[in-house]
Amino acid sequence: MNHAAHKDYGGAKLGMWLFLFTELLLFGGLFLLYAVYLSRYPHEFTAAGRDMHVGFGTLNTVILITSSLLAAMAVTAIQRNERRKVLFLLGGTILCAAIFLFNKYLEWSAEIGNGIYPNSPRLASGPPGESVFYSLYYLTVGLHGLHVLVGGTLLAVVAVRVKRGTVHSGDFVLLENGALYWHLVDLVWIFIFPLYYLIL
Amino acid sequence: MTHDTTAHHIVSYGRLVTVWLALLALTGLTVWVAHHNVGIGHVWGSLAIACLKSGLVVTFFMHMKYEGRLLRWLLFMALVTLAIFIGLTFFDVLYR
Repeated sequence: MNHAAHKDYGGAKLGMWLFLFTELLLFGGLFLLYAVYLSRYPHEFTAAGRDMHVGFGTLNTVILITSSLLAAMAVTAIQRNERRKVLFLLGGTILCAAIFLFNKYLEWSAEIGNGIYPNSPRLASGPPGESVFYSLYYLTVGLHGLHVLVGGTLLAVVAVRVKRGTVHSGDFVLLENGALYWHLVDLVWIFIFPLYYLIL
Repeated sequence: MTHDTTAHHIVSYGRLVTVWLALLALTGLTVWVAHHNVGIGHVWGSLAIACLKSGLVVTFFMHMKYEGRLLRWLLFMALVTLAIFIGLTFFDVLYR
Protein backbone atom coordinates (compact mmCIF):
# COMPACT_ATOMS: atom_id res chain seq x y z
CA MET A 1 0.00 0.00 0.00
CA ASN A 2 1.27 3.41 -0.91
CA HIS A 3 0.68 5.58 2.15
CA ALA A 4 2.04 8.74 0.54
CA ALA A 5 -0.82 8.75 -1.96
CA HIS A 6 -3.46 8.11 0.69
CA LYS A 7 -6.19 10.75 0.70
CA ASP A 8 -8.55 11.10 3.61
CA TYR A 9 -11.62 12.46 1.86
CA GLY A 10 -13.85 12.35 4.96
CA GLY A 11 -11.17 14.00 7.10
CA ALA A 12 -10.62 16.82 4.59
CA LYS A 13 -14.32 17.59 4.48
CA LEU A 14 -14.70 17.32 8.27
CA GLY A 15 -11.87 19.85 8.66
CA MET A 16 -13.60 22.24 6.27
CA TRP A 17 -16.90 21.95 8.12
CA LEU A 18 -15.20 22.59 11.49
CA PHE A 19 -13.70 25.75 9.99
CA LEU A 20 -17.12 26.77 8.65
CA PHE A 21 -18.58 26.40 12.17
CA THR A 22 -16.01 28.92 13.49
CA GLU A 23 -17.07 31.27 10.67
CA LEU A 24 -20.69 30.74 11.63
CA LEU A 25 -19.94 31.77 15.23
CA LEU A 26 -17.88 34.76 14.04
CA PHE A 27 -20.73 36.18 11.95
CA GLY A 28 -23.25 34.96 14.56
CA GLY A 29 -21.48 37.20 17.07
CA LEU A 30 -21.82 40.19 14.74
CA PHE A 31 -25.53 39.45 14.20
CA LEU A 32 -25.95 39.19 17.96
CA LEU A 33 -24.36 42.63 18.39
CA TYR A 34 -26.78 43.96 15.77
CA ALA A 35 -29.77 42.41 17.58
CA VAL A 36 -28.74 43.79 20.98
CA TYR A 37 -28.21 47.31 19.63
CA LEU A 38 -31.45 47.12 17.63
CA SER A 39 -33.31 46.46 20.88
CA ARG A 40 -31.49 49.36 22.54
CA TYR A 41 -31.87 51.92 19.70
CA PRO A 42 -34.98 50.82 17.73
CA HIS A 43 -35.84 54.32 16.43
CA GLU A 44 -32.30 55.28 15.39
CA PHE A 45 -31.83 51.91 13.65
CA THR A 46 -35.13 52.33 11.80
CA ALA A 47 -34.18 55.84 10.67
CA ALA A 48 -30.73 54.71 9.52
CA GLY A 49 -32.05 51.53 7.86
CA ARG A 50 -34.42 53.54 5.65
CA ASP A 51 -31.40 55.08 3.89
CA MET A 52 -30.09 51.65 2.80
CA HIS A 53 -30.17 50.87 -0.93
CA VAL A 54 -32.64 47.96 -1.13
CA GLY A 55 -32.06 47.70 -4.90
CA PHE A 56 -28.35 46.98 -4.46
CA GLY A 57 -29.13 44.54 -1.65
CA THR A 58 -31.69 42.60 -3.71
CA LEU A 59 -29.48 42.53 -6.81
CA ASN A 60 -26.52 41.25 -4.80
CA THR A 61 -28.73 38.59 -3.16
CA VAL A 62 -29.76 37.27 -6.60
CA ILE A 63 -26.13 37.36 -7.78
CA LEU A 64 -24.86 35.41 -4.76
CA ILE A 65 -27.65 32.81 -4.92
CA THR A 66 -26.88 32.29 -8.61
CA SER A 67 -23.14 32.01 -7.93
CA SER A 68 -23.90 29.42 -5.25
CA LEU A 69 -25.92 27.42 -7.80
CA LEU A 70 -23.00 27.55 -10.27
CA ALA A 71 -20.55 26.37 -7.57
CA ALA A 72 -22.86 23.48 -6.61
CA MET A 73 -23.24 22.56 -10.30
CA ALA A 74 -19.43 22.60 -10.66
CA VAL A 75 -19.21 19.87 -7.98
CA THR A 76 -21.79 17.78 -9.86
CA ALA A 77 -19.91 18.39 -13.14
CA ILE A 78 -16.55 17.21 -11.77
CA GLN A 79 -18.17 14.06 -10.35
CA ARG A 80 -19.50 13.39 -13.86
CA ASN A 81 -16.04 14.06 -15.30
CA GLU A 82 -17.21 17.04 -17.40
CA ARG A 83 -14.05 19.15 -17.11
CA ARG A 84 -14.93 21.89 -19.60
CA LYS A 85 -18.25 22.41 -17.84
CA VAL A 86 -16.48 22.64 -14.45
CA LEU A 87 -14.23 25.42 -15.74
CA PHE A 88 -17.19 27.24 -17.32
CA LEU A 89 -19.23 27.00 -14.09
CA LEU A 90 -16.33 28.10 -11.86
CA GLY A 91 -15.71 31.01 -14.24
CA GLY A 92 -19.36 31.99 -13.82
CA THR A 93 -19.06 31.82 -10.02
CA ILE A 94 -15.96 34.04 -10.04
CA LEU A 95 -17.67 36.47 -12.43
CA CYS A 96 -20.61 36.71 -10.00
CA ALA A 97 -18.15 37.40 -7.16
CA ALA A 98 -16.60 40.22 -9.20
CA ILE A 99 -20.00 41.74 -10.05
CA PHE A 100 -21.00 41.51 -6.37
CA LEU A 101 -17.87 43.37 -5.29
CA PHE A 102 -18.34 45.99 -8.04
CA ASN A 103 -21.90 46.62 -6.80
CA LYS A 104 -20.52 46.90 -3.27
CA TYR A 105 -18.03 49.50 -4.53
CA LEU A 106 -20.83 51.55 -6.12
CA GLU A 107 -23.02 51.24 -3.01
CA TRP A 108 -20.28 52.19 -0.55
CA SER A 109 -19.14 55.06 -2.81
CA ALA A 110 -22.67 56.49 -2.74
CA GLU A 111 -22.86 56.13 1.05
CA ILE A 112 -19.42 57.57 1.69
CA GLY A 113 -20.29 60.40 -0.72
CA ASN A 114 -23.29 61.18 1.49
CA GLY A 115 -20.96 61.54 4.48
CA ILE A 116 -21.82 58.12 5.94
CA TYR A 117 -18.68 56.33 7.07
CA PRO A 118 -17.27 55.44 10.50
CA ASN A 119 -16.42 58.58 12.49
CA SER A 120 -17.64 60.91 9.72
CA PRO A 121 -18.68 64.42 10.87
CA ARG A 122 -22.31 63.66 9.90
CA LEU A 123 -22.49 60.49 12.02
CA ALA A 124 -20.45 61.99 14.89
CA SER A 125 -22.97 64.84 15.24
CA GLY A 126 -26.01 62.55 14.85
CA PRO A 127 -27.68 60.31 17.44
CA PRO A 128 -25.45 57.54 18.88
CA GLY A 129 -27.72 54.73 17.62
CA GLU A 130 -27.24 55.80 14.02
CA SER A 131 -23.44 55.68 14.18
CA VAL A 132 -23.66 52.25 15.90
CA PHE A 133 -25.84 51.02 13.03
CA TYR A 134 -23.39 52.18 10.36
CA SER A 135 -20.34 50.95 12.29
CA LEU A 136 -21.88 47.48 12.50
CA TYR A 137 -22.95 47.72 8.85
CA TYR A 138 -19.44 48.56 7.62
CA LEU A 139 -17.85 45.92 9.88
CA THR A 140 -20.23 43.07 8.99
CA VAL A 141 -20.59 43.81 5.28
CA GLY A 142 -16.88 44.63 4.98
CA LEU A 143 -15.90 41.33 6.59
CA HIS A 144 -18.36 39.55 4.30
CA GLY A 145 -16.88 41.37 1.28
CA LEU A 146 -13.45 40.14 2.36
CA HIS A 147 -14.86 36.61 2.39
CA VAL A 148 -16.20 37.11 -1.15
CA LEU A 149 -12.71 38.16 -2.23
CA VAL A 150 -11.07 35.17 -0.50
CA GLY A 151 -13.70 32.74 -1.82
CA GLY A 152 -13.35 34.03 -5.38
CA THR A 153 -9.54 33.70 -5.18
CA LEU A 154 -9.84 30.18 -3.73
CA LEU A 155 -12.18 29.10 -6.55
CA ALA A 156 -9.79 30.63 -9.12
CA VAL A 157 -6.96 28.51 -7.66
CA VAL A 158 -9.21 25.44 -7.82
CA ALA A 159 -10.11 26.24 -11.46
CA VAL A 160 -6.39 26.35 -12.36
CA ARG A 161 -5.93 22.95 -10.67
CA VAL A 162 -8.90 21.55 -12.59
CA LYS A 163 -7.42 22.84 -15.84
CA ARG A 164 -4.05 21.24 -15.00
CA GLY A 165 -5.80 17.99 -14.14
CA THR A 166 -4.65 17.73 -10.50
CA VAL A 167 -8.29 18.09 -9.42
CA HIS A 168 -10.38 15.53 -11.28
CA SER A 169 -13.36 13.19 -10.89
CA GLY A 170 -11.27 10.82 -8.73
CA ASP A 171 -9.94 13.51 -6.39
CA PHE A 172 -12.07 16.62 -6.14
CA VAL A 173 -12.17 17.36 -2.42
CA LEU A 174 -10.43 20.72 -3.02
CA LEU A 175 -13.24 21.79 -5.34
CA GLU A 176 -15.87 20.50 -2.93
CA ASN A 177 -14.31 22.37 0.02
CA GLY A 178 -13.94 25.53 -2.09
CA ALA A 179 -17.62 25.27 -3.00
CA LEU A 180 -18.54 24.73 0.68
CA TYR A 181 -16.69 27.93 1.58
CA TRP A 182 -18.51 29.75 -1.21
CA HIS A 183 -21.89 28.52 0.06
CA LEU A 184 -21.01 29.87 3.52
CA VAL A 185 -20.42 33.30 1.95
CA ASP A 186 -23.91 32.98 0.43
CA LEU A 187 -25.41 31.85 3.77
CA VAL A 188 -24.02 34.87 5.62
CA TRP A 189 -25.46 37.21 2.98
CA ILE A 190 -28.87 35.50 3.30
CA PHE A 191 -28.96 36.90 6.86
CA ILE A 192 -27.24 40.25 6.18
CA PHE A 193 -29.82 41.08 3.50
CA PRO A 194 -32.99 41.05 5.67
CA LEU A 195 -31.25 42.40 8.81
CA TYR A 196 -29.67 45.47 7.21
CA TYR A 197 -31.82 46.12 4.13
CA LEU A 198 -35.33 44.86 4.84
CA ILE A 199 -36.57 44.70 8.41
CA LEU A 200 -36.02 48.34 9.33
CA MET B 1 -17.00 7.35 10.21
CA THR B 2 -17.32 3.65 9.63
CA HIS B 3 -19.08 3.76 6.31
CA ASP B 4 -17.26 3.88 3.00
CA THR B 5 -16.61 7.49 2.08
CA THR B 6 -15.45 6.79 -1.44
CA ALA B 7 -19.03 6.50 -2.72
CA HIS B 8 -20.28 10.03 -3.39
CA HIS B 9 -23.79 11.07 -4.03
CA ILE B 10 -24.16 13.09 -7.22
CA VAL B 11 -26.83 15.79 -7.03
CA SER B 12 -28.46 16.26 -10.44
CA TYR B 13 -28.41 19.65 -12.21
CA GLY B 14 -32.20 19.59 -12.28
CA ARG B 15 -32.48 19.35 -8.51
CA LEU B 16 -29.92 22.14 -8.01
CA VAL B 17 -31.81 24.42 -10.42
CA THR B 18 -35.08 23.64 -8.58
CA VAL B 19 -33.45 24.70 -5.29
CA TRP B 20 -32.14 27.86 -7.01
CA LEU B 21 -35.67 28.74 -8.22
CA ALA B 22 -37.02 28.18 -4.69
CA LEU B 23 -34.31 30.49 -3.30
CA LEU B 24 -35.20 33.20 -5.86
CA ALA B 25 -38.91 32.84 -5.01
CA LEU B 26 -38.15 33.17 -1.28
CA THR B 27 -36.00 36.25 -1.97
CA GLY B 28 -38.94 37.79 -3.85
CA LEU B 29 -41.26 36.87 -0.98
CA THR B 30 -39.01 38.41 1.67
CA VAL B 31 -38.76 41.69 -0.29
CA TRP B 32 -42.53 41.69 -0.78
CA VAL B 33 -43.14 41.05 2.93
CA ALA B 34 -40.81 43.91 3.86
CA HIS B 35 -42.74 46.32 1.63
CA HIS B 36 -46.27 45.29 2.58
CA ASN B 37 -46.11 44.47 6.25
CA VAL B 38 -44.91 46.91 8.87
CA GLY B 39 -44.50 46.02 12.52
CA ILE B 40 -42.65 43.57 14.70
CA GLY B 41 -44.23 40.56 12.93
CA HIS B 42 -42.23 41.08 9.76
CA VAL B 43 -38.92 40.93 11.65
CA TRP B 44 -39.73 37.35 12.62
CA GLY B 45 -41.20 36.65 9.18
CA SER B 46 -38.02 37.87 7.45
CA LEU B 47 -35.85 35.82 9.80
CA ALA B 48 -38.02 32.73 9.22
CA ILE B 49 -37.62 33.12 5.44
CA ALA B 50 -33.84 33.59 5.87
CA CYS B 51 -33.68 30.40 7.98
CA LEU B 52 -35.67 28.53 5.32
CA LYS B 53 -33.33 29.78 2.59
CA SER B 54 -30.20 28.80 4.54
CA GLY B 55 -31.78 25.42 5.21
CA LEU B 56 -32.14 24.86 1.46
CA VAL B 57 -28.54 25.95 0.81
CA VAL B 58 -27.12 23.69 3.55
CA THR B 59 -29.31 20.70 2.65
CA PHE B 60 -28.82 20.64 -1.12
CA PHE B 61 -25.99 22.96 -2.23
CA MET B 62 -23.78 21.89 0.68
CA HIS B 63 -24.87 18.23 0.38
CA MET B 64 -25.84 17.91 4.05
CA LYS B 65 -28.79 15.70 3.03
CA TYR B 66 -26.29 13.11 1.78
CA GLU B 67 -23.75 13.36 4.62
CA GLY B 68 -23.27 10.90 7.46
CA ARG B 69 -24.37 11.20 11.04
CA LEU B 70 -21.11 12.81 12.23
CA LEU B 71 -21.40 16.01 10.16
CA ARG B 72 -25.12 16.32 10.85
CA TRP B 73 -24.57 16.13 14.60
CA LEU B 74 -21.68 18.59 14.44
CA LEU B 75 -23.84 21.06 12.52
CA PHE B 76 -26.58 20.60 15.10
CA MET B 77 -24.11 21.22 17.94
CA ALA B 78 -22.77 24.38 16.25
CA LEU B 79 -26.30 25.75 15.84
CA VAL B 80 -27.19 24.88 19.45
CA THR B 81 -24.02 26.69 20.63
CA LEU B 82 -25.00 29.77 18.63
CA ALA B 83 -28.56 29.60 20.01
CA ILE B 84 -27.20 29.42 23.58
CA PHE B 85 -25.01 32.49 22.95
CA ILE B 86 -27.95 34.44 21.57
CA GLY B 87 -30.40 33.22 24.21
CA LEU B 88 -28.18 33.93 27.23
CA THR B 89 -27.13 37.33 25.87
CA PHE B 90 -30.75 38.39 25.52
CA PHE B 91 -31.60 36.92 28.92
CA ASP B 92 -28.98 39.33 30.29
CA VAL B 93 -29.78 42.35 28.12
CA LEU B 94 -33.57 42.29 28.40
CA TYR B 95 -33.83 41.69 32.17
CA ARG B 96 -30.99 43.83 33.41
